[in-house]
Amino acid sequence: KMAAATMSPYFGQQMSSKNDLVPAWTSQEVSTGTTIMALEYDGGVVIGADSRTTTGAYIANRVTDKLTPIHDRIFCCRSGSAADTQAIADVVTYQLGFHSIELDEPPLVETAANLFRASCYRYREELTAGILVAGWDRRKGGQVYCVPIGGMLVRQPVSVGGSGSSYIYGFMDSNYKPNMTKDQCLELTAAAVSLAMERDGSSGGVVRLASISKDGVERRVILGNQLPKYSTH
Amino acid sequence: MALSNVLHAPAAGFNFDHAARNAELEGLFDAQIPKPVKTGTTIAGVVFKDGVVLGADTRATSSEVVADKMCAKIHYIAPNIYCCGAGTAADTEKTTELLSSNLTIFSLNSGRNPRVVMAVNILQEMLYRYHGQIGASLILGGVDCAGNHLYTVGPYGSVNTMPYLAMGSGDLAALGILEDGYKPDLELDKAKELVRAAIHAGVMNDLASGNNIDICVLTREGVHHIRPYQVSQYKDKRKTKYKYGAGTTAVLTEKVVPVKLEVVEETVQRMDTA
Repeated sequence: KMAAATMSPYFGQQMSSKNDLVPAWTSQEVSTGTTIMALEYDGGVVIGADSRTTTGAYIANRVTDKLTPIHDRIFCCRSGSAADTQAIADVVTYQLGFHSIELDEPPLVETAANLFRASCYRYREELTAGILVAGWDRRKGGQVYCVPIGGMLVRQPVSVGGSGSSYIYGFMDSNYKPNMTKDQCLELTAAAVSLAMERDGSSGGVVRLASISKDGVERRVILGNQLPKYSTH
Repeated sequence: MALSNVLHAPAAGFNFDHAARNAELEGLFDAQIPKPVKTGTTIAGVVFKDGVVLGADTRATSSEVVADKMCAKIHYIAPNIYCCGAGTAADTEKTTELLSSNLTIFSLNSGRNPRVVMAVNILQEMLYRYHGQIGASLILGGVDCAGNHLYTVGPYGSVNTMPYLAMGSGDLAALGILEDGYKPDLELDKAKELVRAAIHAGVMNDLASGNNIDICVLTREGVHHIRPYQVSQYKDKRKTKYKYGAGTTAVLTEKVVPVKLEVVEETVQRMDTA
């Protein structure tokens, strides 16, 4: 969570207090910093994310894939601690896969979201994980569920998350309209994530997009030089 | 649940068995808590056309003193998997040893070499379970039936996969070389030179990395662990020998007493080989 008004100065590379030869970020936890987003459209969902993983001020991975498949038609967008979110996603993938085999039918997005919520709420004191669960199922079509830090669960037609989300709430509120087409959703997501990457230091790299519908999953990447350009001056 | 790679499956969740003991011990040491040996380190890996090349420096530091000038940071995991370790020297050594023995159990049970993803998943589960208390940043490289793989696992249990990686305190310097020089499908000698240059950048620009450079090449045909690949140009010659030859200490008297053993009891137990 980033307070927009913090202006704490950062004096370049800091050496850790324990050992002069080893910089501080080698012992800091890897965070996904992040801008993630998910929207529903009639027939499916569109999800998007940036690709930056940071340890302190160092970018540990500039091409991270934060859109993680949980099942054939269900994805999650990860923000917060990289280790925590990878572990939770692995656990939920296993639980959902097992459940789906028992039921002998594709799982519901709501089930996946509840599995995430169960882990995130039970271990709320130990975890730092903000997750968006999005997918398509036969019962309710495209759905987006938000499971923020703390383990709340709420379904929303459009949701943003991560440290970069603060900068695009206004953009989302004014540009999202119900009943958009898939391509409009993809354009909106790409634009929103680009804007957030522009402003948030912890977000950057490429924009990863995916659209999920009954026909399957389509993934694409928008490289740095192909991002929509917004210049204020 | 019986696993094919361990004798006892690890307990789920965080293990804080030693938390109380550690808190007590901290009180006993006053200000002088013993510092763990960190490897400082520059480690790197590159995926090339026929496999993976791993590289590492050989300096282990204890604050500002070089504790080991010829430290081995490229650890054997399986015949087709090697792992570079940065962070706390004991943690990387023991973690990789544990991983190697468990994967040997798996190989004996299944009759095949382990896959790199299996090693990565086991490491991730273990390091996540210890919540960052095990200070091991590892680069795993290997070749298996699914291709050539390179992964990095952080101390908190996060995993990343890329065609080229660097970790340790010298990783910024190494990454500069890798970002500039990496191309997909490099030839073996170009890949070795790229990794050598990357580690060399770490050796030159990071105080905690230095001495020699080790290289390990993994391909379908086998493994080539070259230790050292490049010797430090600043290596000095020892002025005196510290070995004491036979005869340095004079022998005054010699007494030989044979130890006599009496057979007290003899039993023969037939083995049933029917």
